Amino acid sequence: MRIAIASGKGGTGKTTVSAALASVWTEAVSRPVLAADLDVEEPNLHLFLRPVITEAHVANLEIPVIDAAACTRCGACREICQFGAVTILGDTPLVFDDMCHGCGACLAVCPVAAMSPGAREVGRVEEGAAGSIAFVNGRLRVGEAMSPVLIRAVTARVNGKLAALPESERPDVLLDAPPGVSCPAQNAVATADVIVLVVEPTPFGIHDFALAVEAFAPLGKPLTVVVNKAGEASPELDALCRRENLPVLAAIPDDRAIAEGYARGRLLPEMSPACRALCLDLARQLAALRPEARHA
Amino acid sequence: MSEVVAVSSEGPTLDDAVDARFGRAAGFVLIDAAGGTRYLDNGASQAMAHGAGIETARRIAEAGATVLLTGVVGPKAAAALKSVGLAVVEGMEGRTVGQALAAYRQGKGA
Repeated sequence: MRIAIASGKGGTGKTTVSAALASVWTEAVSRPVLAADLDVEEPNLHLFLRPVITEAHVANLEIPVIDAAACTRCGACREICQFGAVTILGDTPLVFDDMCHGCGACLAVCPVAAMSPGAREVGRVEEGAAGSIAFVNGRLRVGEAMSPVLIRAVTARVNGKLAALPESERPDVLLDAPPGVSCPAQNAVATADVIVLVVEPTPFGIHDFALAVEAFAPLGKPLTVVVNKAGEASPELDALCRRENLPVLAAIPDDRAIAEGYARGRLLPEMSPACRALCLDLARQLAALRPEARHA
Repeated sequence: MSEVVAVSSEGPTLDDAVDARFGRAAGFVLIDAAGGTRYLDNGASQAMAHGAGIETARRIAEAGATVLLTGVVGPKAAAALKSVGLAVVEGMEGRTVGQALAAYRQGKGA
């Protein structure tokens, strides 16, 4: 099964929860696990899991290359490009690589086949292992804006690793999603069976949590909630979860010792017996949402 | 080709202020060699999510501009303007269109 750990807002504790789940998963549910960091703009899961990276692959975006001699300056590519990435200025056909989303429409509409596919590196996919935990992440090239391309490349790598194994040995997958609810986050949660939304019970946290619920609920996947930095009761958050029928699977206390441990790169289950019990319990609850189990 | 100066502007006349933005300028006052002026509205670029600078470069190039006076030109717009051979003078904000034009003509004459 695949579990995406997402949130509407950055800094709520996605990576804390992802790393904690990865570290106790096999012990809790007796299944192998693969952790993938899809927050390719600022990957940080590796800081907690400390994997040994054994492979790295370049991820490219397909961009058009114009043969100026063959181009008739008809403007069909410019007309179809939604991002202003191809244009004709004066007599010069131009491609602005940074703005190209790689949709390929310009190549498809060019009536004289003056365009050919080129490549621009958007980042790298790295893979390795942290003990028994398989690990994959992506690193976006500095200055690059097209993170969904790399997120899909990381997901494809995860799929490839799974496909190489017989079904009985395939690990469960934990996806550490990027924050927010726009294209990167949508791409990250698209392949998940279950989504965990991490929320902190502050006004900003609850506001962005509501946006995340609105964005992810239409995907029709089970949505669950982990409250992080849970302090005083939050009637507003409780009401929202009740209204949207979202089960709260765990509440991580707002505890200075946890924050200090996090700052040192420690895993939540290592911090106290209570934290460990909470993580094991969360893993078991999530495993119980396995798609096959829901039909049983 | 005779010189046509385009000045990014907040309004259609020589007395309007220079718009410090290029790609998202309200419009451009175009002044030909004989001193005749035209106004090119740039409202459509202001509404673009991205690519405003490139689109604006195309628009003024097609209108016949050969020189641009403006505040700041972004990197993509600069590449686009270079490809059509438009001369660019930045740092013209804080003046009226007429003052910017005079400053340019003086600088060129000197």
